[in-house]
Amino acid sequence: MSNVKYTKSHEWFRAEGDLVTVGITDFAQSQLGDVVFVELPEAERALEADEEAAVIESVKAAGDISLPFAATVVEVNTAVEEAPELVNEDPEGEGWFFRVRLEDPSALDALMSAEEYAEQAEG
Amino acid sequence: MAQNSLKHSLKDSLKTPLYDLHVELGGKMVPFAGYAMPVQYAAGIVREHQHTRDAIGIFDVSHMGQMLVSGEGVAEALEALLPIDVAGLGINQQCYSVLTTESGGILDDLIVTRWSENEFFLVVNAATSAGDLKHLQNHLRGCDIRVLGQRALLAVQGPKAGELIGELAPETRALTFMHGVHTKLFDHDCYITRSGYTGEDGFEISVADTAVEAVTRELLKDPRTAMIGLGARDTLRLEAGLCLYGNDMDRTTSPIEAGLQWSIARSRRAGGDKAGGFLGAETVFAQMEEGVSRKRVGFTVAGKVPVRAGADVIDEAGNIVGKVTSGGFGPTLGASIGMAYLDRGYEKVGTDLYALVRGKQIAITVAKTPFVPQRYYRG
Repeated sequence: MSNVKYTKSHEWFRAEGDLVTVGITDFAQSQLGDVVFVELPEAERALEADEEAAVIESVKAAGDISLPFAATVVEVNTAVEEAPELVNEDPEGEGWFFRVRLEDPSALDALMSAEEYAEQAEG
Repeated sequence: MAQNSLKHSLKDSLKTPLYDLHVELGGKMVPFAGYAMPVQYAAGIVREHQHTRDAIGIFDVSHMGQMLVSGEGVAEALEALLPIDVAGLGINQQCYSVLTTESGGILDDLIVTRWSENEFFLVVNAATSAGDLKHLQNHLRGCDIRVLGQRALLAVQGPKAGELIGELAPETRALTFMHGVHTKLFDHDCYITRSGYTGEDGFEISVADTAVEAVTRELLKDPRTAMIGLGARDTLRLEAGLCLYGNDMDRTTSPIEAGLQWSIARSRRAGGDKAGGFLGAETVFAQMEEGVSRKRVGFTVAGKVPVRAGADVIDEAGNIVGKVTSGGFGPTLGASIGMAYLDRGYEKVGTDLYALVRGKQIAITVAKTPFVPQRYYRG
């Protein structure tokens, strides 16, 4: 069973073993509109909490992704760099951004569940 | 995900007569030039953009100012403010012009249409319309200046617009680019011009605010049409190499710096029959003679990263040589493009430079505009 957690700023984190996959939610992609450019961090990069990790540009706006905890990038999804529209088409699947290893895996526990996220996104 | 867009208040915004229709059609409403306007509908900017290039896009541009200036000698009076041959315009002929300042800057850009011998219809930008009115009132003493506050404006743009509007209002079939006609659309009186700001063939329809929703709903029944938001309007005009007032020109830029010297009539230039006589003419003439210290150019971007307004432009040595004034992704091109003001010496097509985006150097190349060929109907 996968364990997906969410932030107020519309990132999702899916824990699989000791790795965590990062992306943006369907709500976030709908707000951004057509994504035309994605800039991902390099593999092996050590990210500090709240550091800008990735950049997403849509036709109308720019956004960025940061993690609320420190982590190391393990793998990036080069497919979204090649085809940024994947972020719109399948934000919580094929449109993932990168995978990280957390310094403290329990940091995920503090994030929102799907239900909690859905509630605040509506409100 | 943090989004770097500014949040203004929507609730303080004015509404166009199509506000309810926009909301009904799923328009994402944003504040723009004091109005609540749809930035996009459900299809999204890229699809809306391409629909306009392929078929027909309908745009609500009712936020723009519509004015009627009339009176004995009004053509000559307008020539003191506009560097075009106003008196030489035929009835129902229109012309793009800048409204110059005393120091040779640009107060606004607008379309002037001659409705009759002594009557001119002006369409001005929304954000500048109050200032334009004051300017006209100060300078056109003895002329009657009326703001047509009860009129809405629709743009119907795209390669199939000629067919559709021709079917509905046969008098428009004979119109070539920059000409207009008083006619009826679905039994509503309107003034239709063959013009627009997308680079495509198309029309602008000035119609009573009480009729515009009915006209729009009728137009939307045609399968070739779709409503298009401001987001696509911006990408379309950028690809067509057209300036956006407030971005690519303003009071501090001259028409020569802005690359709009083509809009100054031959007869109004130095040595012409009616040379000068408009505000700022001395400055404009000096710049035409001696050249300008900076110039607006188009540029293409290596890679897909959008280079947006505000980005500095640097040369190989790292010197700042200009600033981006418009920029982003061009959906028809599938590439990132923009416009920038560059210091003299860097404006030549093919010049390789860099734009600074989030501290990174992005390679750009000065390019010819329009980026996408304009397809106006010239008969």
